[in-house]
Amino acid sequence: MAPPPFAVRAATEWLSARARWHPLEIAFWLAAFAAIYLLPEQHLILTEIAWLGLFALSLDLILGYAGIISLGHAAFFGFGAYTAALLAKHEIINEPVLALLVSGFAAMALGFVTSFLVLRGSDLTRLMVTLGVALLLRELANRYGWLTGGADGLQGVTIKPVLGMFRFDMFGHTGYIYCLSVLFILFLVARRLVNSPFGLSLLSVKGNPLRASAIGISVDARLVAIYTVAAGYAGIAGALLAQTTAFASLEVFSFDRSADLLLVLIIGGAGYLYGGLIGAVIFKLMQDYLSALTPQYWPFWIGLMLVVIVLVGRDRITSWTAPIRRLAARLDWRAAARRVAAASAERHRP
Amino acid sequence: MTMVLETIGLTKQFGGIVASNNVSLQIAKGARHALIGPNGAGKTTLINLLTGVLRPTGGRILLDGEDIGNLPPHKRVRLGIVRTFQINQLFGDLTPLETIGLAVSERRGQGLDWWRIVGSRPDLVTEAVEILERFHLTDVIDERTAVLPYGKQRLLEIAVAIACRPRVLLLDEPAAGVPEDERHEILAAVAALPDDVSVLLIEHDMDIVFSFADRISVLVNGALFVEGSPEEVASDARVKAVYLGEEAVDA
Repeated sequence: MAPPPFAVRAATEWLSARARWHPLEIAFWLAAFAAIYLLPEQHLILTEIAWLGLFALSLDLILGYAGIISLGHAAFFGFGAYTAALLAKHEIINEPVLALLVSGFAAMALGFVTSFLVLRGSDLTRLMVTLGVALLLRELANRYGWLTGGADGLQGVTIKPVLGMFRFDMFGHTGYIYCLSVLFILFLVARRLVNSPFGLSLLSVKGNPLRASAIGISVDARLVAIYTVAAGYAGIAGALLAQTTAFASLEVFSFDRSADLLLVLIIGGAGYLYGGLIGAVIFKLMQDYLSALTPQYWPFWIGLMLVVIVLVGRDRITSWTAPIRRLAARLDWRAAARRVAAASAERHRP
Repeated sequence: MTMVLETIGLTKQFGGIVASNNVSLQIAKGARHALIGPNGAGKTTLINLLTGVLRPTGGRILLDGEDIGNLPPHKRVRLGIVRTFQINQLFGDLTPLETIGLAVSERRGQGLDWWRIVGSRPDLVTEAVEILERFHLTDVIDERTAVLPYGKQRLLEIAVAIACRPRVLLLDEPAAGVPEDERHEILAAVAALPDDVSVLLIEHDMDIVFSFADRISVLVNGALFVEGSPEEVASDARVKAVYLGEEAVDA
């Protein structure tokens, strides 16, 4: 007894609802690309926002979609940054896009190896393990100064033009276009991924690993997969920093960077991909504005904001933006109503 | 009669406590087999051993004669040993449609597809909708599972298992906690399970057991106590003394 076609069509609509482009999303990306022409003086900070947004997107993939919390995501960021800087310094790969890909794959390899450490245990265990891995890498980079430049950082890096055509400039024009393009492409891939059957299985693993394995999902394998992908994203974000500044220092691995990243994602809200990007915009603008007012005390305001967010979000800090998103969904209501009307018209057709 | 699932001397010890004691159980193809026993008799332990959540201390588990005792839970599901849970284990943030769609896509081995949008395979969606219709879940198809009435969640619990296309279905107290007026829906769903699926039912409610089962095993203190047809078990004096008697005292 096959179900009637209208029911299947409606079900298809509902299933693919998450993947549908919302007008606000299109507006977001139009604004980001419009900034290339409209805000030329701001390209340096926009560049930072772009790679920070990518870095936060990476954390969102594991925290918002698979429930893995991390306080050491800078491990992959830093690994990517040093890989890109070393590739350029020793002229191993001169073309930045290719070097970027190699850096991403290097970070993925590191992510794959360390993913097995986060499979077991509570959130607290995961916080400690990820923190530990990042500290470890930082000290390794410090110890092997002949390779990394140690505490002075990696000096004398020259980045060649992108695709052999676009030279990096001191105003960040090329940097912003480059970072934004990379961010956009990787965002599209991530968006596709989270709306796929694989993405749905991640949500199920996050929601109830016991049931997930009871419907035949290998929970460990899924976590390894997404952790590896996220590490690659973080590595590319780090490589973007190294390429746009032509520099890498131990600070790329720092605890502050991992902690700030968590803050960025919480500001924007986890689990809907835009949280990291919006968080990066707010965080960088606040940092820029507040540190101009009070150079030493700007973290005070960030701290205050964090407290307020947690109070507003109450039960789950990762979802404090949910009411806003529900509002956005309601704006989309007319379109939804039309679809339902079409489905029921189909039903009554003889 | 061909046996689908068989345990040979299955034993599980937790420290000094023997939760399963030398259990040799046989489930025939297409069986309606009930497993009963007082609280703490080791029924859920046995389910956990069969599904691979727990590793046995001793003994073997055979599916069609193949030893599956060392396989992890998700591989046993792929081979057709599927369970439901006594306490709902569902995906609160997903809808029934997404839950069933996910189970179907995993069963078809498409769970790693990451470049395809959910819902883009018409045959898969059709199958999911068909299962949801069968379990009377179409009216809540797009609601968050967490906000569904308890009876609907119990139905979804069974529907998810069916979506995995089980060969042996382990039902752990399917009607537990369901209010009286929603009970018949669950029982109808259990009664309408496909004939080719072998069912092992764990249940406290004797009305359900005797209306459903064609074979009953009684578990006491982790060991198999009596096994036989419903008539044999109902008339067994030892069972009355140990189990039914205790039940009567409880009531």
